[in-house]
Amino acid sequence: MNLFVDALNWILDPANYTGPGGISVRLVEHLGFTVVALLMASAIAIPCGFVIGHTGRGRGLAVATSGGLRAIPTLGLLTLVALWIGIGLGAPYVALTVLAIPPILAGAYTGFEAIDRAVIDSARSVGMSEAQIVRTVEIPLGLPLLIAGLRSATLQVVATATLAAYVADFGLGRFLFAGLKTRDYGEMLGGSILVILLAFALEGIFTVVQRLVVPRGVASGRLPVDRARSARPSPGMEPAITEGNH
Amino acid sequence: MTWIWSNLDLIWDRTLDHLVLSVPPIVFSFLIALPLGWLANRYRLSRGVILTVSGLLYAIPSLPLFFVLPAIVGTSLRSPLNLVIALTLYGVALMVRVVADGLASVDADVRQSAVALGYSGWSIFWQVELPLSGPVLLAGLRVVAVSTVSLATVGAVIGAQSLGSLFTDGFQRGIEAEIIAGIVATVLVALLLDGALVVLGRVALPWTRPAGSNGAAAREARIVEVTT
Repeated sequence: MNLFVDALNWILDPANYTGPGGISVRLVEHLGFTVVALLMASAIAIPCGFVIGHTGRGRGLAVATSGGLRAIPTLGLLTLVALWIGIGLGAPYVALTVLAIPPILAGAYTGFEAIDRAVIDSARSVGMSEAQIVRTVEIPLGLPLLIAGLRSATLQVVATATLAAYVADFGLGRFLFAGLKTRDYGEMLGGSILVILLAFALEGIFTVVQRLVVPRGVASGRLPVDRARSARPSPGMEPAITEGNH
Repeated sequence: MTWIWSNLDLIWDRTLDHLVLSVPPIVFSFLIALPLGWLANRYRLSRGVILTVSGLLYAIPSLPLFFVLPAIVGTSLRSPLNLVIALTLYGVALMVRVVADGLASVDADVRQSAVALGYSGWSIFWQVELPLSGPVLLAGLRVVAVSTVSLATVGAVIGAQSLGSLFTDGFQRGIEAEIIAGIVATVLVALLLDGALVVLGRVALPWTRPAGSNGAAAREARIVEVTT
């Protein structure tokens, strides 16, 4: 427990918050990086996911790519890209964007797939155009699952951003590596606790957002679990339990 | 390429290290998640508590967890045990939800039929619920296996040897081939364990054998035989 006292002292020491390598700067770097990586990944994954979800085409390819990407170790990708484009922020951005794509993509198209086909057929039969169906039916109804995808992507980006401190001088992960080098367990543990708190805070925000985006009149925003059928792993099952890779 | 050919021994050794780090967590997480998942499925209160805790656990980034564990359980930072415990925690966090969902997916009618036939709660679990949720558990375990193998590499940055050591070493010495070899080997180990689980699933759950043509036809024939 002494170790936690050291960590707490480190976290509470005001001197650790100021300066270019202080906690405040590192926290902003960490968060900023996470947001930018997520935006870049979303810009690619969400439109693709909507197209796949709406047309049903390219689903097999998307599943295979996501599955393959999940098996690729994040550290390997980080170090490889760092060797290619040099030490700095470029490598983490590329690696993180690539890693954040599969969960967001899966969230986007499973959100569409989870919608009752009858609802979409009804929309079509009352004369909605395909664009209208996507905009006013599929996107709102699929939003909770898309947010769930963004949530796991966020967790993964926050975690890997910590790891990225290994190849670039930025983020809360610096405290972990700096402490490791100087054998300052208070700093390592303090930094670790900060990252964990950040992850919890983001998780909390997403939990709230996920509830808020459920359209009015929809009983539950979660993927409907058809109990009789889901003894066999349904297509929706895989993405729901995936998103590993911290 | 030349680096790979002249360092096959090293790659093999790190692969063995990697298996030692990643196979126990996969096995342990299944064994631990089974009773916890049952408990989560059984009572409303325990469901809330267990699923919330496992959700939070899963949200913890891996590297910080490696640092925090020694302070809690007293393992040494670089020891394989520290990593095995951390990876087991992730596996359990993922698997508990799968077990709970899998058990919940068993048709209530089937469960009631078992009760009517005189099965006890204990034997309903082992002989009815567990086998019927087998395919869901297998799907979950495959995800656990792949993500555990991938996660185990992270330990390399704190000095725990695994295929991830090829990344850190390759990065520091600027050997691209070493990193690529590490990535390929990690993916291969993941595929290998995934394949092993699929085979294990076929053996343990023979009725799910994806024999679209043959098996299903044979089974249907048998059903016809029985019913007529």
